[in-house]
Amino acid sequence: MTVTAWTAAQVARKVIENKELFILDVRNTDAFDDWKIEGHQFEYLNIPYFDLLDGVEEILPKISKDKEVLVVCAKEGSSIMIAEMLSDAGLTVAYLQGGMKSWSMYLEPIKVGDLKDGGELYQFVRLGKGCLSYMAINGGEAAIIDAVRFTDVFTNFAKEKGVEIKHVFDTHLHADHISGGRHISAATGATYYLPPKDAKEVVFDYTPLTDGLTVHLGASQIEVGALYSPGHTIGSTSFVIDSKYLLTGDILFIDSIGRPDLAGLAEDWVGDLRETLYKRYRTLAEDLIVLPAHFMIIEELNEDGTVAKRLGDLFAENHGLNVEDEAVFRSMVTDNLPPQPNAYQEIRIVNMGKVTPSDEEQTEMEIGPNRCAVR
Amino acid sequence: MIKSDVQLDAKGLACPMPIVKTKKAMGNLTEGQVLEIQATDKGSVADLAAWSKTVGHQYIGTNEENGVFYHYIRKCNPEVSEAVEKSFEQTISNEGAIKEEGIILDVREAAEYAFGHIPGAKSIPMGELSERMNELDKAQTIYVICRTGTRSDLAAQQLAKAGFTNVYNVLPGMSGYEGELQKEVE
Repeated sequence: MTVTAWTAAQVARKVIENKELFILDVRNTDAFDDWKIEGHQFEYLNIPYFDLLDGVEEILPKISKDKEVLVVCAKEGSSIMIAEMLSDAGLTVAYLQGGMKSWSMYLEPIKVGDLKDGGELYQFVRLGKGCLSYMAINGGEAAIIDAVRFTDVFTNFAKEKGVEIKHVFDTHLHADHISGGRHISAATGATYYLPPKDAKEVVFDYTPLTDGLTVHLGASQIEVGALYSPGHTIGSTSFVIDSKYLLTGDILFIDSIGRPDLAGLAEDWVGDLRETLYKRYRTLAEDLIVLPAHFMIIEELNEDGTVAKRLGDLFAENHGLNVEDEAVFRSMVTDNLPPQPNAYQEIRIVNMGKVTPSDEEQTEMEIGPNRCAVR
Repeated sequence: MIKSDVQLDAKGLACPMPIVKTKKAMGNLTEGQVLEIQATDKGSVADLAAWSKTVGHQYIGTNEENGVFYHYIRKCNPEVSEAVEKSFEQTISNEGAIKEEGIILDVREAAEYAFGHIPGAKSIPMGELSERMNELDKAQTIYVICRTGTRSDLAAQQLAKAGFTNVYNVLPGMSGYEGELQKEVE
């Protein structure tokens, strides 16, 4: 039997199309427990490759006979070795090309919906890391929000769509992933915006993203408007696009809310977070569709693979929006917080422009889940 | 440089090769010997530690220098070493050895000592004890310690045979020590 290689894109289709898959993850147990490929209908077996050096006979009965089998490791080397051993034992298996490293980097563009007069809004789902970026296009122009560092994906997508990238925004100074915003701006001549309150330490030029700032796309003037919404960071800003979509950055997610501690000031910002979630957002139309900058769990994905939900539904269902007592809320978002994202302090410094690590170092820094939320 | 018995160069190799080579190299070591694995694959850090644990070898530690990881693993045969009975009669607890007057003699391998020992402890690995006994003072009380009390038991017997009278085997040994550690590595 031959062993086939699957790309991260092929695995992404399985996730989005709700397909079944049996994943044999041969990384060490700590790495698997920390972070794995999540799918609605995926079954898992984690046996470290180094426990299988003497043979795979013992695990054969545990491997699915009727589902497709994908062997996964950190970079691919060990998964190829184990896949070949399984193949020699008579199984048909595939391995993930580039391993979890390539999974962490893969972006799937999915259309969220139409804007007026032929405009479109796309969500770029980074399944492996839970990051969500956006591109709104209309009349030959595009605006990008919270671009991750794979700038080619955005510039190529814009080329495909025949649009010029005019505006690039970051809702805040990210701590879990490296922003591609200012690099896209440098490559295309687009204006790069960052909230000034998050940008005190940045060493590059940017256009201040302040409350009420609006830009228009195309002749029909689709409006992208900024709404100051601090709490995750002091500068965190949301966007309302075409009076239809609310891009919440890392303030409000589908099944959780933002954590206020990644820039080290949980105690100071918890009041801002409360104010944003319980006052500012309450003044908005409940029919707005919330589009966050992250998802944490696979259940937050809709059937079409997008991460989006009506604001009114979140007011009713999201636990973080339903804590009446301010003291309870305060304790929820400051005590017993989950571990911080991998290398979050280093990532902030990269996003300030103070250091520029190699591609490989950047990949290493971004390994693992985003962990930007409190549930 | 930390002393080791055998060195394995796995630099530039990607996973799974550092472990595949380590497994093979360990096969040629005798029990108690220390293997140094030089690797550049970052994944080797967590994987070598986890692999050692599953197969029962003692993972001593990893030291990084200029982008190269130096891993140290001591070959163990858990079924054999745990079953050895300790026969040296004079024993003392970890706490007792630290509190009382005398010297603590650490007979573990140099690499084990380097990755953490009781502050002030003197290092003479078990295998070097017979040649280096002249470094010890017969008038002093000597508390012999190792990881689990097995090697120190043998060392204490050896010292007693050589005429040292104030010798104690420290139990349970470094495996049960939770106090401050002095390290020779960063």
